[in-house]
Amino acid sequence: MTATTTKLNTILTRVEPAWMRQRRVSRPPLYLLLPALFVASAVVLPLGYLLLRAAGAAGVKVVNILLQPRTIEVFLGSAGLAMSVTLASIVIGVLLAWLTVRTDLPGRRFWAVATVLPLTLPSYVGAFTLIAALGPRGLVQAWLEPLGIERLPSIYGFPGALLALTLFTYPYVLLSVRAGLRGLDPSLEEVARSMGRGPLRVFWEITLPHLRPSIYAGGLLVALYTLSDFGAVSLLRFNAFTRAIYLQYSASFDRSAAAVLALLLVLLTLLILSVEGRMRGKARYYRSSSGTVRRPARLKLGRWRTPALAFCALVVLLGLMLPLSVIGFWLARGLLAGEALPLDFNIVFNSISASGLAALAAVLAAIPLAILTVRFPDRASRWLERSTYLGYALPGIVIALSLVFFGANYAPFLYQTLALLVFAYVVRFLPQAFGSSRASLLQLSPRLEEAARSLGRTPWQVLTSVTAPLLKPGLLTGLALVFLTGMKELPATLLLGPTGFYTLATRIWGATEEAFFARAAAPALLLVLVSAISIWIILSQEEKGFGKR
Amino acid sequence: MNKNTIRCQDLSKRFGEITAVEGVNLTLAAGRFLALLGPSGCGKTTTLRLLAGFEIPDHGEIEISGRQVNGPGLHLPPEKRQVGMVFQEYALFPHLSVADNVAYGLPKGSDKQARVQEILALVDLTGMGSRMPYELSGGQQQRVALARALAPNPDLVLLDEPFSNLDAGLRGQVRAEVRQILRRVGATVIFVTHDQEEALSLADEVGVMMDGRLVQVDSPQKLYHRPVNRRVAEFVGEANFLPGQVNNGTVTCELGEFSSDGIHTGAVEVMLRPEQVQLRPADNGPAEVIERTYYGHDQLVRLRLKSGAELHSRLLGSAGEFYPGQRVELKAADEVAVYNK
Repeated sequence: MTATTTKLNTILTRVEPAWMRQRRVSRPPLYLLLPALFVASAVVLPLGYLLLRAAGAAGVKVVNILLQPRTIEVFLGSAGLAMSVTLASIVIGVLLAWLTVRTDLPGRRFWAVATVLPLTLPSYVGAFTLIAALGPRGLVQAWLEPLGIERLPSIYGFPGALLALTLFTYPYVLLSVRAGLRGLDPSLEEVARSMGRGPLRVFWEITLPHLRPSIYAGGLLVALYTLSDFGAVSLLRFNAFTRAIYLQYSASFDRSAAAVLALLLVLLTLLILSVEGRMRGKARYYRSSSGTVRRPARLKLGRWRTPALAFCALVVLLGLMLPLSVIGFWLARGLLAGEALPLDFNIVFNSISASGLAALAAVLAAIPLAILTVRFPDRASRWLERSTYLGYALPGIVIALSLVFFGANYAPFLYQTLALLVFAYVVRFLPQAFGSSRASLLQLSPRLEEAARSLGRTPWQVLTSVTAPLLKPGLLTGLALVFLTGMKELPATLLLGPTGFYTLATRIWGATEEAFFARAAAPALLLVLVSAISIWIILSQEEKGFGKR
Repeated sequence: MNKNTIRCQDLSKRFGEITAVEGVNLTLAAGRFLALLGPSGCGKTTTLRLLAGFEIPDHGEIEISGRQVNGPGLHLPPEKRQVGMVFQEYALFPHLSVADNVAYGLPKGSDKQARVQEILALVDLTGMGSRMPYELSGGQQQRVALARALAPNPDLVLLDEPFSNLDAGLRGQVRAEVRQILRRVGATVIFVTHDQEEALSLADEVGVMMDGRLVQVDSPQKLYHRPVNRRVAEFVGEANFLPGQVNNGTVTCELGEFSSDGIHTGAVEVMLRPEQVQLRPADNGPAEVIERTYYGHDQLVRLRLKSGAELHSRLLGSAGEFYPGQRVELKAADEVAVYNK
């Protein structure tokens, strides 16, 4: 969930200070350029290998794989799911944003917070709670059985995947639209009202068109997240790309089919990115005033009050209360039944060590890249920067798969070691470390470094006495973010973890697959906490970003 | 800090397609105060950054107090130039206290403490050493930036638009303070501004830059009354232009005869500042008032001459009342500048 959260962060806060527009002349020093090149190529390498591998499967075979009915079914299924989840999220997100920002909904402040909170549930944790509640061996079934109801409609397949992914991703739309609504100049709407339009028509003719960029931004995040999600679709047994890739990979010896599927998924992702880019390009509206905008009048809901409240309550019930109660229930039940230890400390230790190492490595890798792209922005450094964003664009399972291929063929001594797993984490989460170091470096005027130079300090002394201390908060944020996201990582851990290496995430996944719900409860609770902290960090960073402008 | 001279010779710098600085020659004696004045994008800041060593010139030489810092194959890095710089946005280190900011450029092993106290007293910030930069007002931050630049006793002090971040109300006072401080230490100073009033009132010499070239360096008074060309005249203040003719060492225009500079001949343009044109109401006067704008201390009167040419006159507020349609007599001061048509 978090790679996407950072994407949200980047989209919302990509403001560049004035000095970025000034021409630069100097060439970057080698002690920056070389490490940055090294990091970028290490990140690009596995994907390149995946391409080679897929190309290596003879052309006829590739065509065969592509034309299999199953492949087409997977393609349509994935695309359909991404589209449906995105549409549903937009409807829910826009409605909630509008209700909490622009109407006199009772308890607005409470709903404003509560409706964002489902974001803190990693999708596979959410899926686990849905299955544990509504599945064939779940809570609701257990309650209904005495009443003679033998089977609930199945939670598995498309409906379950749609429900789970919508419930836990609509907050992306909500957050982005809410920011858009708050930035909207109320005088636009007031002008329309004064020209005799009613509130509904104003919303339709003025407000909504102006919210289009925010809707696209949020919708893009939801679509990308849905495409890249592995945990929820695999637990809910919906045959999306990620699940099909995993099944291909684990079931057959011929892994080029998995490679071809992975490339197809990458193509679909790129397609969505390009469509979004085009739509956003057309929907660029200027803000008629900058700075703090006057607060617009709130619309009276009147008789719509009760339905509006019921809607908010339903969303929060399904997206937050249900999962938390399910986790609480199975935790209590496991404890009461004397189930050994609800939490295996080995597993916690594994999670902490893998993501801790990844956090350190990612931040170290991000520093030269960040300095290079911020202080020496030219075409070459922009390409270096883009390459690191592969971790954004590529679904985790694809990165994991490419590293499996790479490790098995070129680095057998690394294959199935902690080192390769940590490397996979770094590739996936480098953008987070990079983003927060870049953000704090952007706040740092190069004039500070020049002042230090003119006061007699060498570039290296300037780096240690001025740049580094001022960069520290950003680096710490990056460290925390990568650590917290690493804790939740699922697909790469499944594919690349050493034999017998279980983490909190893989434990939840395995236990849910086998319907040992009690065993998944404690790790799930822990991960919800971890995820809540990381999202809190991201959102507060975002506020800072806005505050500066 | 004496005996220094700054010398730039044929200094040029391009950024890609754009020529930022071209063929700049400049000499400044020790202890002098030079303003680089020009519209935005004229290359004045680039010149300053070349002097500081932040940019490398494509061509030309720079000498600071007798030491060459730029030349063929030579580029002394900023930290070796002993040039103090005060940035437009001050660039105080936000993680260091005022005292640590000021001490940052002092050499190791020197009595930093004493020097910091001395210099803080100079800028009238005694007792503020332990404050953090964000706890200071804009004017105070400016003085810390100045103190930090002066502490290592630099051969040259550069100021980049030093007053543009201050409120208009505060600016005049801070300007005077800064000038006093710099005079007291006898620093050689180059500062950049786009504000002609600032340049004229602060500097010993003003250099006007346009399109990357240094077009005129003169004392403020000379620059104001004898700009080298029409563009400079317009940039440095309000200007009236009238067609004229040079004959036997005198310039004749609609306002009368003036002594010529002896350089120009034939058909010329005559430049007068508005305050050089004095008025007196007269029923059959040769000019008519079109509009009058009253500012209190002074007033601006727009006139139409017989030939149809327009002229501005700036008078003291107490110099009488004028109204549109009124006929007036003109009297012009003898100081005029003359340009080829």
